[in-house]
Amino acid sequence: MAEKQRMDSLTMALRAAREFQDGMVINLGGGLPLLAANFIPAGREIIFHTENGALGFGEICTAGEGDHNLINAFGQPVTPQPGMSFFEQAEAFAMIRGGHLDCCVLGGLQVSEKGDLANWVVPGKQVIGAVGGAMDLASGAKKLIVLMTHNTREGESKIVKECSYPLTAKECVDIIVTDIAVIEVTERGLVLRELAPGWTPEEIQELTEPTLIMAPDMQDIQLM
Amino acid sequence: MALNKVIASFDEAVADVHDGAVLLIGGFGTVISCASRLIEAIGRRDVKDLTVVGNTAGFGEEIWNIYGFPGCDDQDLLVRTGKVRKAIVSFPVHHLVETNLEKKLKAGEVEYEMVPQGTLAERIRAAKAGIGGFYTRTGADTVIEEGKETKIIDGHKYVLEYPLKADFALIRAYKADRWGNLIYRGTSRTFNATMAGAARVTIAEVDEVVELGDLDPEVIVTPGVYVDRVVVRQEAG
Repeated sequence: MAEKQRMDSLTMALRAAREFQDGMVINLGGGLPLLAANFIPAGREIIFHTENGALGFGEICTAGEGDHNLINAFGQPVTPQPGMSFFEQAEAFAMIRGGHLDCCVLGGLQVSEKGDLANWVVPGKQVIGAVGGAMDLASGAKKLIVLMTHNTREGESKIVKECSYPLTAKECVDIIVTDIAVIEVTERGLVLRELAPGWTPEEIQELTEPTLIMAPDMQDIQLM
Repeated sequence: MALNKVIASFDEAVADVHDGAVLLIGGFGTVISCASRLIEAIGRRDVKDLTVVGNTAGFGEEIWNIYGFPGCDDQDLLVRTGKVRKAIVSFPVHHLVETNLEKKLKAGEVEYEMVPQGTLAERIRAAKAGIGGFYTRTGADTVIEEGKETKIIDGHKYVLEYPLKADFALIRAYKADRWGNLIYRGTSRTFNATMAGAARVTIAEVDEVVELGDLDPEVIVTPGVYVDRVVVRQEAG
């Protein structure tokens, strides 16, 4: 049996990227989600969208290289690619809000069992929240993947019955990829689909506030 | 002289920015995509109680120095020098430092309205297009909905948002002609192109002014009708 451990950021991003299907238009949030750009499954063509007005750009440039007039939403220069296009802010969000994004990967602070997402402010810690495009992305993307650690540093479940933090959007999350599990949000509730190697369903349940539905075909997290 | 929107200096271009003016400030967050010379020119004026509208409230020259843009400044200049009374922005924080907006908010010296990025862009576009308001799903069942009308459309809750009207739009573009037609570079269109024409007066800071006819009509991004004044970075003071 594999040694029980939590997956690192890159492994989590690799798992999230397995959801990317050929031809999808995808927007990646900052931090952890952005790492998923490095793990596009072989043979699939993905069109990345960025809120600051580009579609179809390539990889993030090495530090110190690239053109500052070709950047992602986090100010990082990216490489040009054939087929790439540029547009202004209202157009960038018409794409998001009009349902033209196939998939979006965002970070999360809390996800409820109904798929509500809270990810823009930690009450009491920040004097002001910074919502950016998170509310638009969460309510506009066809498929929303939340990529986050399963528990807080204090060990609390980030997957909750009801979000206590201010919401980003209601009933918007489709899949939660954590450092120990892959959970699908369904009308019946949260379905535990995949486990990190070495973990048992009971151990995952213990670290999760709402009751999980055990998928009949549950398996170890699939990375390849 | 035929129609010529080109103004000789940045100071002249912002000479009528007045106390209490609402300023749309273009760009997305980086200093090279905002109208920094126009902002600096307003910084030289004795004005107060400004409202700044933009994706961020600026990060300031210290941050831009760290990022390799020494001597560059953004709308943080107006915030930190006490010229701003209110900021309407979507992303006012920085992961490296506490912004001056955060400091001023803690001190109770400024007001702040947070607007989701897409709603901000659409409220600005609505002002430009003469639209009286619009319903959007963004912000439904969140703090953004508080105090606003909502409506169920096709089974989903939508929030009513109003146009964001302003006195001046300060935008950054690549090339202009004397009619005010504009083109941009790469990902620098952002709020610049959205804000063009959304205020009573739109002022464009550009790298270059070219002869009328030199900009291919097939690729003009902002038609000159949306632009009132053009100032060139290299030539003007």
